[in-house]
Amino acid sequence: MTDTTQIKTTPSALTRLWNSDVAWNFRRSWTARISSVLILILFAAALFAPLLATQNPYDISQLFLLDSELPPAWIEGGDPRYFLGTDEQARDLYSSILYGLRLSLIVGFASVALAAVVGISLGLLGGFVGGMVDGAIMRVADILLSFPAILVALLVNGIARGVLPPERHADAAIWVLILAIGLTNWVQYARTVRGSTMVERQKEYVQAARINGVSGMGIMLQHILPNVLGPVLVIATINLGMAVLTEATLSFLGVGMPATQPSLGTLIRIGNEYLFSGIWWVVIFPSVVLVALVLAVNLLGDWLRDALNPKLR
Amino acid sequence: MLRHLMMTAAAATLFATGASAETLRFATARDVYGLDPHAVTDSFTNIFTHHLYEPLVRYDADLKIEPALATSWEVIEPTRVRFTLREGVTFHGGEAFGADDVQVSLMRAVDPKSPLRGNLPGLKAVEIVDDLTVDLILEGPTPLLNNYLTNIFILDKGWLEANNAVAPIDASQGEEGYTTNNANGTGPFKLESRRPDALNVLVANDAWWDTPVHNLTRIEHTPIGSDATRVAALLSGEIDLIEPAPLQDANRIEAADGVRMLQNPGLRSIMMGINMGDSLVDGNVDGNPLKDIRVRQALYHAINMDLIRDRIMRGKSRVTGSLIAPEVNGYTEAMDARLPYDPERAKALLAEAGYPNGFAFNLNCPNDRYVNDEGICQAMAAMLAQAGLEPRLVTEPRQMHFQKVDNRQVDVFMLGWATLPMLDGFSVLSAMLATPGGEYGTFTPAGYSNPRVDELTKAVATEVDPEKRNAMMIEALMLAKDDIAWLPLHQQPLSWAARDTVEVPQAADDLVRLWYARVTK
Repeated sequence: MTDTTQIKTTPSALTRLWNSDVAWNFRRSWTARISSVLILILFAAALFAPLLATQNPYDISQLFLLDSELPPAWIEGGDPRYFLGTDEQARDLYSSILYGLRLSLIVGFASVALAAVVGISLGLLGGFVGGMVDGAIMRVADILLSFPAILVALLVNGIARGVLPPERHADAAIWVLILAIGLTNWVQYARTVRGSTMVERQKEYVQAARINGVSGMGIMLQHILPNVLGPVLVIATINLGMAVLTEATLSFLGVGMPATQPSLGTLIRIGNEYLFSGIWWVVIFPSVVLVALVLAVNLLGDWLRDALNPKLR
Repeated sequence: MLRHLMMTAAAATLFATGASAETLRFATARDVYGLDPHAVTDSFTNIFTHHLYEPLVRYDADLKIEPALATSWEVIEPTRVRFTLREGVTFHGGEAFGADDVQVSLMRAVDPKSPLRGNLPGLKAVEIVDDLTVDLILEGPTPLLNNYLTNIFILDKGWLEANNAVAPIDASQGEEGYTTNNANGTGPFKLESRRPDALNVLVANDAWWDTPVHNLTRIEHTPIGSDATRVAALLSGEIDLIEPAPLQDANRIEAADGVRMLQNPGLRSIMMGINMGDSLVDGNVDGNPLKDIRVRQALYHAINMDLIRDRIMRGKSRVTGSLIAPEVNGYTEAMDARLPYDPERAKALLAEAGYPNGFAFNLNCPNDRYVNDEGICQAMAAMLAQAGLEPRLVTEPRQMHFQKVDNRQVDVFMLGWATLPMLDGFSVLSAMLATPGGEYGTFTPAGYSNPRVDELTKAVATEVDPEKRNAMMIEALMLAKDDIAWLPLHQQPLSWAARDTVEVPQAADDLVRLWYARVTK
């Protein structure tokens, strides 16, 4: 159980994982296998975007207006250089999607990491210390939960944009998004971790550590934290899909990534303006990629939740 | 009882269908900046409030000046013009229209705090001769006085005083007053209700002094920001008239039953201003390379406007070398010649000027003001980059953009000019070419100053002989053209779309005048 956190990073942990219950479950589940293959492909595409792309969509000197609004290569009028066609600024859609996917995933991972760090810290603190601190943290969490996530994200986004000078908006857009989404989603982590912490802190090994004179901080980080991370992994996986969707929503609403550095959501927003013009490919392809990504991540998250739940085995 | 109710309901339904035939549902990209006609110089707000309020003289559907609240006028002295006012006109609230209303309204518009003061330059005072006669006292001969007056609407003195609204407000500074959401004019329509950014409802004014050309009983104006949503609303029958109609959707609209595009060449010339001050706002070299005429020529040669017309503007724009449209007084054909698209020549000129590797500068554009403004700028940035320059593209909503232009925090920036409301080249001379200072040079790019242009601008302002005046305007505009004070791009097309049942004149100034609109079955 303690090793679950390191599974993704070290190969030896991977070997151990192969023989675990979870891995056995994984090998038997079609959903898990298909969605993880899909995720691997999409992650690889995002990671190697500069190598796979035929054009750097952020470099305006590579955009030639003469090639604008070309349909996908297999349709009459298409150009083999632009496999999925081009948008109104002659941006190659295939390359734009690769780079956009990259941005969406960066925002997704970074905001999940931020939410997890904030949520785990507060949950651990609340659950371990209890009393007033716990009450304060949990009331803030309750208030945040009573707002729809997208509203809170819009609020954080609006404040950040109000504080920053307008000329910094484009550069800061990605950080603002990470902050907005991260600060929206920490509540679930905090609640889960707090619950588990309250259970764990009554257990004998914690009592033993306490008798041995380990400090409160030491107990929290070294003893309790590793034992409450299991559920966090599940939440993080499902949250990644949510975060990618929230990013796309904000960008679609025009408060996310700027048109010069399009994320998937921005691409869909641009394409949406051309829905009536017959230039369907600008909106369809990024949407398909977004749907595939979020679906795969969510399916994997669902499976993981079931696989880690002993009652469902 | 129940039957009685049902019959009433049926009658109400019948009545509603009957009335809806003359309701015009109208959508634009944004709402007006309030209903106070003196609070902002924005031409859309201005024409919208023209449905409620009226000027002394007005433009008709062909942009000819005709009497409105004044029936006649005569120049008594060069600095004193006498206007005879129309008899029997009443405001929507029932108040009679008279000389004191004109006095209060004109002085409100030229108040030093009024944002509209530049639209009526040189007015010193208004003297009441009798109840239906006023004298306008001017600083000097003002050949364009009537053109200015088409844009200055008359409010009721008593109403302003009763609502504590005589002092002007400035909507661009976010100021609001009683006049922002209430209206009491003499115009063809009355305000029924207003919900900012959602719905403005006007109803026909049955007591209007003029014989209506329109047959409308009601106008419902809805701002719809998204292009695609606006088109969808028209196609679904929810809206009868949209302005603007996105160029990229023209084919879709033409192909649909029951709706059509309304397209015509427009007056508004789109151009790029060039910072010629001592340093760049956001550059990577010392000094300002843009001061060098060869660098400005290089920018000119690097831009392929024909391609932008064909792709971004769907073939609908008129590529031009002139700062004013052919319909505007002061235009000659010689102004239309452009430096040809020639990226190699652009590179050679840059090398000659000492910048073989280019340099960085800001390229500032609005993204919600002109037809496809953001698209034009993105394409232009790509073309400039291909010529070896490093444009840093900034596209922003209009408020931020024009604030930067006002403060000269821009290197190369987009501006559109329709010479409204005067429809005269003097508007370009005074606002965009004269050395800044006083009431002149509001938009003149930093560092541009040509003594001969200044001299001509002053002379044109007071010259009453049309021929001499035109010759001087042409000389000044040609000088500015040779200096590349501005880099002209194109005249943007007018692009509206309407249901087939709606007839509305589309004047070259791109303003929607619904008192000429008719809805047929």
